[in-house]
Amino acid sequence: MRFLLRRVVFYALTAWAAITINFFIPRMLPGDPVTALLGRMQGRIDSRAENSLRVLFGLDQDTSLWQQYVDYWGLLLRGDLGLSFTHFPTPVADIVSQSLPWTVGLVGVATVIAFVIGSLIGTFLGWRRGTWADGLLPAATFFQAVPYFWLGLITIAVFSVNLGWFPSSGSYDRGMVPAFTGEFIGSVVYYGFLPALTVVLSSVAGWVLGMRNMMVTVSSEDYVTVAHAKGLPERQVMFGYAARNAVLPQVSSFALSLGFVVGGTLIMEMVFSYQGIGYTLFQAVSTHDYPLMQGCFLVITLSVLVANMVADLAYALLDPRTRTEDR
Amino acid sequence: MSQTDTSTQAGTPTAAVPAEPVLEIRDLSVDYGFGDDPTHVLREVSLTLHRGEVLGLAGESGCGKSTLAYAATRLLSPPGLITGGEVWLTGRDGKRADLLSLSDAELRAARWRDIAIVFQGAMSSLNPVFRVERQLVDGILAHRPGMRRAEATERAAELLRLVGISADRLRSYPHQLSGGMRQRVMIAMALALEPQVLIMDEPTTALDVVMQRQILEQVMELRERLGFSVVLITHDVSLLVEVADRIAVMYAGEIVETAVARDVYTKPRHPYSAGLLGSFPPLHGPRRELTGIPGSPPDLSKRPPGCPFAPRCAHAMDVCRTELPVLGRTAQAEEGRLVACHLHTSGLVDGVLPGLLAR
Repeated sequence: MRFLLRRVVFYALTAWAAITINFFIPRMLPGDPVTALLGRMQGRIDSRAENSLRVLFGLDQDTSLWQQYVDYWGLLLRGDLGLSFTHFPTPVADIVSQSLPWTVGLVGVATVIAFVIGSLIGTFLGWRRGTWADGLLPAATFFQAVPYFWLGLITIAVFSVNLGWFPSSGSYDRGMVPAFTGEFIGSVVYYGFLPALTVVLSSVAGWVLGMRNMMVTVSSEDYVTVAHAKGLPERQVMFGYAARNAVLPQVSSFALSLGFVVGGTLIMEMVFSYQGIGYTLFQAVSTHDYPLMQGCFLVITLSVLVANMVADLAYALLDPRTRTEDR
Repeated sequence: MSQTDTSTQAGTPTAAVPAEPVLEIRDLSVDYGFGDDPTHVLREVSLTLHRGEVLGLAGESGCGKSTLAYAATRLLSPPGLITGGEVWLTGRDGKRADLLSLSDAELRAARWRDIAIVFQGAMSSLNPVFRVERQLVDGILAHRPGMRRAEATERAAELLRLVGISADRLRSYPHQLSGGMRQRVMIAMALALEPQVLIMDEPTTALDVVMQRQILEQVMELRERLGFSVVLITHDVSLLVEVADRIAVMYAGEIVETAVARDVYTKPRHPYSAGLLGSFPPLHGPRRELTGIPGSPPDLSKRPPGCPFAPRCAHAMDVCRTELPVLGRTAQAEEGRLVACHLHTSGLVDGVLPGLLAR
């Protein structure tokens, strides 16, 4: 339990630091949001509205930085991330909470699939090292080396433009109303298949290579030889002794990659115009929508932190050596 | 289980030849590396272990002792390759089988049940992520499919008590045990199925001297009780003189001398054995100067013709540099001992044999 408590305190501190930095960075940027908004609207907002906007943004009061910081925390804890400029006056929290499930669902599932398949293939390749199985390694290296956007464009060109099997963009049939019906879910899966496939293809090779190399290392450990000498069935030695230990470093990088699910799929969502958090961030950046950017950054930072925490816990669960004992 | 039929108290081996061979290694050859120019690490090694016997295998680092243990149990991993030979194991039912020609399933069944191994790395022989209990139990269950888990756990607890560890250590992970305890766990694990042969590959190198002694004494005591045979591999000849019945001395992938332990100590017949004995302090009697062996072990990949020990041997003759000596009788034609040395075969009369080898 002390181990757990220490980790929680550590992550609370990190989260505080991240949020604080997230608070200060926009305040260090030149210009002010009202002028930026007026500039973007290009006369569609009456210049007389400027004052009311200032009031709305809370810029009329001359509050100290410290007071702003305290207020920021207060708003944050109530889930208020401010208003978006581009989707004015939609709250940032609404936009983020609408796009986040799409990313987490699509890329999260794809990442899990890639990890499971990649680790299984890697286990097999590592176990059969020195045989024909090593011939599959160049293919894995190829998929790892291919730039993601290129892979995405090629799949779109082949499967949606030429063959017409899958749609090239979007996340569900626009003619449907989002609801928990079989039809709608089917449509989501259909639209998500191609982006998920590219995510799996581009990341599975990394898992294969990582797992294979760890298997080769672990297979020469004494305890694997002992397991053989004990006359255990080969499958048991392979999974229980070799793969069970080889998967440990994989698990920590898996949890980290879960953290990057939220932030790291920007290119995929751009290529497929998928309405996830990456696409939202992309739009926010291209339209100078600072509140939205700040909201996206906050979500991305927190998700990396949560993933790290999950990694720590999973590692402690899988590797008894990392657990510190209560005495 | 058959008790030892030869009187074998640890430390006082008898010269009598024990009855039945339980493990017979014949002309075992091992290469390292593939292709046209592999390194011959073992060259037609033959060795017999009799029932109830403690056979010591001595030699410098890199002479092939461990390779012999791995090859005889088919645990050798690439680039090690068994290129010839037979390993005959006499089962409990008296049936003999060649381990090297068994099918994978038959081999798996014979492993641990008939022949168990304790490896040198006490710290790394246990799977770090499983509790001791699980690692003892899985070996038992793999060979006794009908056994219930609770029974196997009970057996595991019994095994730990056998090696002097309290049964509540079953719930420990390997990293929570000391090196000595881990090696005891390994010994307990090796005895789980009451094997006939226990191969111990430098079982105490990772441990301190006091622990070494304790563990070896415990193994010898268990051997008395359970009646298995032991192959003890070590570079520590003084240790072997104490605990082994017979000693085989290896040099450069070959056995150069086999004899009853006490005879190797008092009357070495191979110049290399004599050199080994000269390199550690005597157990009893007046202190003498330690001599050591000049030079270093040969590079097995660039082996000159003739006796591999010739470049380091004080008594080397012309024939030693051209012809490989084979294991044969000693010049004194003693019962039960063999030596591979031209000094003993080239028709020399007793008087010409160097004094050290003629005692």
